[in-house]
Amino acid sequence: MSTARENGLVTCRSCARVWPIQSSICDRCGAPLSSRDAQSLQRVWAWWLAGLIAYIPANLYPMLITETLTSTSDSTIIGGAIEIAQNGDITIAAIVLIASVVIPISKFLAIAYLCISVQRRSNRTVLGRMRLFEVIEFIGRWSMIDIFVVAILSALVQLSVIATIRPGPAALAFALSVIFTMLSAKAFDSRLIWDHLPGRAAKA
Amino acid sequence: MPAQNHTPLHTLIGCPNCDQLYRVTAVAEKERAVCHRCHTVLISPRSAAFTRILALSLANLILVIAAVFHPFLEINAGGLTNRVSLLDVATSFRTGALIIVSVTSVAMIVLVPLTRAGLLIYALGPLALRNASLRGARGAFRLAQGLKPWAMTEIFAIGCAVALVKVADLAQLNFGPAFWMFIVLSLFVVLVDRSVCTWSIWSALDRSDQKATPHPLAGSEKA
Repeated sequence: MSTARENGLVTCRSCARVWPIQSSICDRCGAPLSSRDAQSLQRVWAWWLAGLIAYIPANLYPMLITETLTSTSDSTIIGGAIEIAQNGDITIAAIVLIASVVIPISKFLAIAYLCISVQRRSNRTVLGRMRLFEVIEFIGRWSMIDIFVVAILSALVQLSVIATIRPGPAALAFALSVIFTMLSAKAFDSRLIWDHLPGRAAKA
Repeated sequence: MPAQNHTPLHTLIGCPNCDQLYRVTAVAEKERAVCHRCHTVLISPRSAAFTRILALSLANLILVIAAVFHPFLEINAGGLTNRVSLLDVATSFRTGALIIVSVTSVAMIVLVPLTRAGLLIYALGPLALRNASLRGARGAFRLAQGLKPWAMTEIFAIGCAVALVKVADLAQLNFGPAFWMFIVLSLFVVLVDRSVCTWSIWSALDRSDQKATPHPLAGSEKA
């Protein structure tokens, strides 16, 4: 068979029902319909840029400020992970590093790659790019783990003179960065990946 | 309607992820209809899916509410003890813009999962029990599906474990009852999501509106 678009139909992305291509609202679930989201890539790039900008202060400013009896120290995302590793807990250090450094950076690269390949009307590695998109969507949320850790610690470690932990400004920047990149991935219309397969006239 | 070859539109299904068009066929229990282009699962009927989703969502609703009021971590250091519940986390970032962080955190950990469970109960409860649907059931189900990526129970549970290690040299931490509730909750959320076959649920909602048909659970498309 062929695509809904080639048959003059539009698929509801929320409930998979098909409608005549000029319909604008799905009569079954009420979701807005569009055969291909024309502004999809613009919105992806806008959220992507916002996420990238927020990611810079997230790494420069301290995430956690620890005050103990004798000293005050603050740690950035990477600094905090190094501290954990030095204390001997390599696994947890790895989780933190993967969730807050590897995943966000791979996400920025992957979303940019997907957008550029669609803009260049690439017809190569279609299935691979689809997989990549699914992985991004699945994994993006896990970056929130560092925010939750900061929230938990600053609520928990309030032991008057012995130790106090406060969140640093990076917490806000990082939370925003994660949310923006999630929105960026959500804005991507994965059907665009499939539109330039060989033997199919690109009707876009 | 200008349908292709006059095929009735309700007998067709489009892949939401790659737009490939298919004719809906009856999918047997425990089998799955998968898009042959991008491998998205299109239809995956499960027996008693609605009852299971309903039961698990009820359990989730209770678990989330209970977890809010119980401490999930406890800290001991130098004779001082502090235990925190999610209510404390909600109020932990007191300074300025960081309030946004605590509000979003609590929304993702408590409010979104709570809302999702409530919406699923509202949309599928009457369907499972009486094969009828309430007004607004469609909107409720669509919203519940849309909220899915923003419910972060399992990420919070892992976050507790990371926090525990992170201050291990500073103080001794113990898990509280709410932590275990979140572990169970994470498991239940996965079970709910695995039971949800979007196509079966929308078909059931369609049938319940046309009313008066007996109750064939999830799946079979007899048009």
